[in-house]
Amino acid sequence: MSLIAIRAEQLSKQYFIGSKDNPAYGRLSEAVVGLPKKLIQSTQRWLLPRGHAAVARATSNHKATQFWALKDIDFEVRQGDVVGIVGRNGAGKSTLLKILSRITEPTSGRFGITGRVASLLEVGTGFHPELTGRENIYVSGVILGMTRTEIKKRFDRIVEFSGVEKFLDTPVKRYSSGMQVRLGFAVAAHLESEILIIDEVLAVGDAQFQKKCLGQLSTVAESGRTVVFVSHNLTAVNALCDSALWIEAGRLVATGPTAEITSQYLSRSTEQLLEQSWPDPTAAPGTAAVKLKRIAVHSSSTDGRHFVLGSALRLEIEFWTMTAGLTLNPSIVLQTADGTPVLNTVPQFEGTLLDKPLETGLYQCTCEIPAGLLNDTLYRVQLYMIRNQSVAEWRLDDLLCFEISDDQPRSAWFGKWIGTVRPNLQWQTVRLGQLPQSTSADGTHAQ
Amino acid sequence: MRDELTYFGARNDWQLIDLRELWKFRELIWAFGFRDLKVRYRQAVVGIAWAVIQPVMTIIVFGVLFSVMHGKPTSGEVPYAVTGLCGLVPWQFFAAAVSQATLSIASNSDLLKKVYFPRVVLPLSAFVPALVDFAVALVLLVVVMAYFAVLPSWQIVFLPLLIVATLACAAAFALWLSALNGIYRDVQFALPFLLQLGMMICPVVYETDAVIPPAWQPIYYLNPLAGLIQCYRAVLIGSPFPSAASLAISSFAVTAVFFGGMLYFRRMERHFADLS
Repeated sequence: MSLIAIRAEQLSKQYFIGSKDNPAYGRLSEAVVGLPKKLIQSTQRWLLPRGHAAVARATSNHKATQFWALKDIDFEVRQGDVVGIVGRNGAGKSTLLKILSRITEPTSGRFGITGRVASLLEVGTGFHPELTGRENIYVSGVILGMTRTEIKKRFDRIVEFSGVEKFLDTPVKRYSSGMQVRLGFAVAAHLESEILIIDEVLAVGDAQFQKKCLGQLSTVAESGRTVVFVSHNLTAVNALCDSALWIEAGRLVATGPTAEITSQYLSRSTEQLLEQSWPDPTAAPGTAAVKLKRIAVHSSSTDGRHFVLGSALRLEIEFWTMTAGLTLNPSIVLQTADGTPVLNTVPQFEGTLLDKPLETGLYQCTCEIPAGLLNDTLYRVQLYMIRNQSVAEWRLDDLLCFEISDDQPRSAWFGKWIGTVRPNLQWQTVRLGQLPQSTSADGTHAQ
Repeated sequence: MRDELTYFGARNDWQLIDLRELWKFRELIWAFGFRDLKVRYRQAVVGIAWAVIQPVMTIIVFGVLFSVMHGKPTSGEVPYAVTGLCGLVPWQFFAAAVSQATLSIASNSDLLKKVYFPRVVLPLSAFVPALVDFAVALVLLVVVMAYFAVLPSWQIVFLPLLIVATLACAAAFALWLSALNGIYRDVQFALPFLLQLGMMICPVVYETDAVIPPAWQPIYYLNPLAGLIQCYRAVLIGSPFPSAASLAISSFAVTAVFFGGMLYFRRMERHFADLS
């Protein structure tokens, strides 16, 4: 019999979207302007934030768009289990992690946990650029839930894991971004808690460090701690997790052993997703500065939807820039079904609009993927919006999903071609000459 | 079902701050306070000396102003520099603590979205740098009193009690203002003006009895800081204590603001992460 570490009962979280009810932050002036009308109703509301359930209930004329980020989620996690959460972008995975780590409250339902919970939703939580590496280890460690004595005990191991010994007394602002990530993960990897909640932190750092982190994670799992883990990398989920939860549109679709769930998830998500668009900028994904309007993939075939090896593809990206003066460019990453990156492509800058800061407005970028580059497999499209050609403003995963079929076998081999790409490379074949004199025509050596 | 799980769900009732949980997170107050202290004077040349320069300059400005206008801000038994500093030192602590605390929720909004801790830790830890400055300013006060050969009365033993009362007072306002600013950022823009106004309606650069007519004093003492600052003068330089009635009014006001702040902060803290 194993004990329960986490139990969720009917967990639900509601958000309010739309221009009026989703301000970046509340404005007192709005509350004051509406005051004469509201005073009649209740003085309490004046002090409650916009978007608060009580406000919405009382001001029924307020057109609030309610949106359930999570709805009636029930599950149990046994102690010592490593659980992966899979699902598309915006399915509610991050909201679930935030509720379980008590960053935000559920709108209804409840969850039970036992023991200390450490949540690792970013690398370097609480780091301050002005503090030295040594100071940041202490500050960040305490913020993440360690005591000072615990940190002191593990200090040497943290430093060794991070590999920044030489720069311990240098302010972190002088670190390279790689060093900051390594130090941040090193602190987090040495947290001592019964439950560890991790959000895609492995998506950062160089390959070698990623390997080290994955190794550390499996050590954590073997030590009998309960881990809840969100990742787009299904290979990592398969390798690390005992069981998985699959969430789609805020609802729990399935839960069970990892291999079963990931294969179900994969076969479900092979449904092609060739276009997504958001006609209303307030509801569109992105940041306040730049939002995605539409992304689509077309094929050069007659109906535009027939994806075969012999057809070229065209990716179209439309985005709004809401803040003037930003230098922006989209950056596309193609991934295979299990999350392995295939390629990364960005537009040309020189002599194009993207070379200079953009005015506000709606922009379109198109990208041609020539025929004879991709293999006959499923591709997932990830989009980054890059600022100043260096910093990611945002990233959206699994925006599109298309599968290329092999329609015209060009050899006697009908099986699967190895590789994530199958480019048509130029080959030359010439006959270089005759056999050496000593070799006979029938292939045996004459003596 | 019997298990060892602790359950968390939507809180819809009004609660006070959970002091037991806050105690568990006491090291976090240290961590944030340490961080703010370290960062604050990183690129300043004279650093902690600002804690001395500010009150000294303020007293010089007001001293010159009052003498030019031939005003009588104090009873005049003790040099103005000493009387003024007795009010200014606790006031500047209060003002610094409250204004830092007010910004604390908003300026740590990234952190609020990434990790759980009782949110009240943030305004409280914002007091740490202000307390350090306060300690330095108290040393300055001792030096100035020694220079003018002003001896405190035996009532100086009540000073620690006054400091605790000042902390409670600052906490009462910090709870309200940080929670409000977590939701309405307007508060941080209004605050410098409100603090300036506060300095005028508290006996900071003047003595109550020398300036405020007795008829107005009951209303005047509704301001919790008015009684408190007058008490600092009483124990430090032997000015008269405010009347028992005034003190009762002040204590009542500060208690009401304090418990109201605890309730309001606790009510609002769950929205900080969603709204910022």
